[in-house]
Amino acid sequence: MKYIDEFNDPELAKRLLDDIHASVKQPWAIMEVCGGQTHSIIRHGIDQLIPDQVEMIHGPGCPVCVTPLELIDKALEIASRPEVIFCSFGDMLRVPGSGRDLFRVKSEGGDVRVVYSPLDALKLARENPDREVVFFGIGFETTAPPNAMAVFQAKRLDVPNFTMLVSHVRVPPAIDAIMQSPTCRVQAFLAAGHVCSVMGTEEYPPLVERYSVPIVVTGFEPLDILEGIRRTVHQLERGESYLDNAYPRAVPAEGNVAARKLLSEVFTITDRGWRGIGVIPDSGWRLSETYRDFDAEYRFQVSDIHTEESAVCRSGEVLQGLIKPHECAAFGKQCTPRNPLGATMVSSEGACAAYYLYRRLTTPSTSQPEVASIG
Amino acid sequence: MCLAVPGKVLDIWERDQTRMAKVDFGGVEKDVCLEFVPDIEVGEYTIVHVGFALQRLDEKSAMETLALFKELGELDKEFGDAWAQAARDNGREVPE
Repeated sequence: MKYIDEFNDPELAKRLLDDIHASVKQPWAIMEVCGGQTHSIIRHGIDQLIPDQVEMIHGPGCPVCVTPLELIDKALEIASRPEVIFCSFGDMLRVPGSGRDLFRVKSEGGDVRVVYSPLDALKLARENPDREVVFFGIGFETTAPPNAMAVFQAKRLDVPNFTMLVSHVRVPPAIDAIMQSPTCRVQAFLAAGHVCSVMGTEEYPPLVERYSVPIVVTGFEPLDILEGIRRTVHQLERGESYLDNAYPRAVPAEGNVAARKLLSEVFTITDRGWRGIGVIPDSGWRLSETYRDFDAEYRFQVSDIHTEESAVCRSGEVLQGLIKPHECAAFGKQCTPRNPLGATMVSSEGACAAYYLYRRLTTPSTSQPEVASIG
Repeated sequence: MCLAVPGKVLDIWERDQTRMAKVDFGGVEKDVCLEFVPDIEVGEYTIVHVGFALQRLDEKSAMETLALFKELGELDKEFGDAWAQAARDNGREVPE
């Protein structure tokens, strides 16, 4: 194993790790909310390089994973209609609905297209006025403003054949729900950097105060994550809790003001179901009344959805940080990226996919001796 | 999915009353909407998510991040053919 050599500045990585090792005196459990961070942590073995007493709990910040099954099934139903061009980000193609996915819908004749930007879907709608173009608008606060812009422009440019199936989610209410859970073990959070690039940091101090929990805004690269963990354990060991920004190069305190303004114009905060977790109050966005005509759920009345989750998949517990992926009996056996039972095994941000890709069935504890010499 | 990739603004224009730019991501060029960072100029760096500039970034950070993303294959994931990748992951053929 050559983990530490893979950091783009191994010297700095070593200094950060030495500081973390020197600081930690007692066991701590830190949740990284964002699935991109989960992948970075597992890929670079960060959870194995930090002291044994510090456990990284992987959070629910994988938008593909938490999109509710009912909405996936609605998407699959709408995408199957002959008049529809269904546009999605590539991440959604293989997310399992009740028995099929978008990949299957396309092979059965549905017109499913992958777009890079939501504006590409709007362009398709303008080029195909005789077709209904539906965009699957999923994602956290980072993706919501681009999607809001597509709807805003559809209205301004009068593109009536464009609609969006919206399943946007917000991080702070999820942190709130995690802290309120009776099974919660989380003592500090790494907040997702790019979410804060958009939203800024003002939503977090109330959570810090309510639960006396340190929150450190953290980037995605291995060194950023080490720095986030370092600042977090310093707070924990000193018994302090405050909001800290370890990613200032991309996160100003006010976020992106223009993006936030458009968000509040186009979207309204709503309760949202999270796949595997349940409904979290105020944790999502839907289109506001002004933009209702562009809401695919309103345009396409889809009823008769009978959702069916895998009986053995424990992705809900993985998403809540209650178990690690390899603790699920199906992991790596019935459930692999090739044949995923749950969305967490599909997505490039899902914790199960990260464990499968980078760690296979090896548990963190069994590979510990190989990296112990580094710290 | 929340990953934002740094790129350099090469050219700026207006389309449908919307400020757009050509942005270079270490060799891959894409059209990017600048409405959320309207005062950015040609030659500056920005982090881009799903075709939208979200924040300015200094050149040094941008270059370091790009080099890392390239090495990790993140750029292929972001800009590659999603159907081919899904088919590969899944052992299926890309549907016609």
